[in-house]
Amino acid sequence: MELIEKMLNGDKRACARLISSVENNSNEAEDIIKTIYPHTGKAHVIGITGPPGAGKSTLTDKLVKLLRKKDLRVGIIAVDPTSPYTGGAILGDRIRMNDLALDPGVFIRSMGTRGYLGGLAKATRNTVKILDAFGCDVVIIETVGVGQSEVDIVKAADTVVMVMVPGLGDDIQSIKAGVMEIGDIFAVNKSDILGAQRTATEINMMLDLSQNLERRPPVVMVTASQNQNIDKLLEEIEKHYIYMKENDILEKRRKLNIKRELVELVEEELRKYVIKETENKGEMESVTLSLYTKETDPFTIRDILLSKIK
Amino acid sequence: MSKLIRVLIAKPGLDGHDRGAKMIARALRDAGMEVIYTGLRQTPEQIVAAAIQEDVDAIGMSILSGAHNHLFPKVIKLLKEQNASDILVIGGGVIPEDDIPELLEAGVGAIFTPGTLTSDIIKYLRENVQ
Ligand SMILES: Nc1nc2c(ncn2[C@@H]2O[C@H](COP(=O)(O)OP(=O)(O)OP(=O)(O)O)[C@@H](O)[C@H]2O)c(=O)[nH]1
Ligand SMILES: [Mg+2]
Repeated sequence: MELIEKMLNGDKRACARLISSVENNSNEAEDIIKTIYPHTGKAHVIGITGPPGAGKSTLTDKLVKLLRKKDLRVGIIAVDPTSPYTGGAILGDRIRMNDLALDPGVFIRSMGTRGYLGGLAKATRNTVKILDAFGCDVVIIETVGVGQSEVDIVKAADTVVMVMVPGLGDDIQSIKAGVMEIGDIFAVNKSDILGAQRTATEINMMLDLSQNLERRPPVVMVTASQNQNIDKLLEEIEKHYIYMKENDILEKRRKLNIKRELVELVEEELRKYVIKETENKGEMESVTLSLYTKETDPFTIRDILLSKIK
Repeated sequence: MSKLIRVLIAKPGLDGHDRGAKMIARALRDAGMEVIYTGLRQTPEQIVAAAIQEDVDAIGMSILSGAHNHLFPKVIKLLKEQNASDILVIGGGVIPEDDIPELLEAGVGAIFTPGTLTSDIIKYLRENVQ
């Protein structure tokens, strides 16, 4: 495809078009991914997550400026929630990253959570692949740390930075289990605000109590709006990546993600197949009736449906 | 399902008012569009770079500072230079009636002056985005 050729040669417009294609799950989406797949796997994928308004975009902006000083090319995927009522969204993360708009080594893409077919994780994963093939050395995914789909996205990252802020409530414990666990590095932002030190202490205490940690995550206090300590945070991010590579953890984590992706892809196709097979022929109605009247049971029907797949 | 319309809303120029721009952004979101909101004081270069990376269908600029005769043609020129003339440009804000024909001539799709119903803007976008 001509667009892919252009993208691989560094054309931003082509890159943007390809992202729209995979985002919309268009007919070409699969061919695009098939073609670029060999060009992927080179970028360091960093997930930046945390509560709304924690300063994730401001922090991303400052981190990217440091990465650019090292002459690394950076792609950013900024995810914001779609309104479940209208399907529309206001994607406002760019407001904090306006200085980066004209940097030839930076590509920023805003994404709504939409009601993605195949899930939000699939859309972001494929966007990461495009930015990776585009030549980004680092791909940053910014997402609000609420909800399972968001957690799923950052799980696909090599390094996850959890952004916390003072005043989240009395105790860190109240933050949902399952969200804290995914942090490889904790950044306490807004350190200029009263209570930041206490927040950092609480996180440290919680981490000291956690068992089964492969690696005890560091806690870094930063003030993104004043560009304070961002270099320290980047240092921890780099250290984490090196640690992952040296201990074969990167390979393990990526393989785990590949398996997850594969299972999801198969699931998606199976679901589509079963729905097509049953709904079209009105079979679903009769099957539902036979279950309703207890003539048969769901497990028997499941096996019948599965047996139709060659 | 029809295609999801993506619109970049910018408020270029030096004045610090973005109430109107934010209002439009919300109206478009409520109409089911994806709005990339870039905030205040964007240069035409930044607006066009963002529009290209975001692969938007349209750019909406709200201009109150009187710089419309410079800003709109500049954005359109930059889009042309980057082979992105298919991106629709629309405008709003305080723009004298007398200036409108020239802006349309320069390639602006439509200008919505104060008092325009947001439903008219939504209708225009739905009809003119390809
Ligand atoms: N005091 C203080 N304010 C900050 C700091 N970093 C960011 N902010 C402010 O916090 C607000 C939110 O910042 P964003 O960067 O948009 O936060 P976000 O986490 O990306 O927000 P969402 O994407 O909407 O969830 C802005 O008003 C920032 O100026 C900081 O270190 N200290
Ligand atoms: Mg943000």
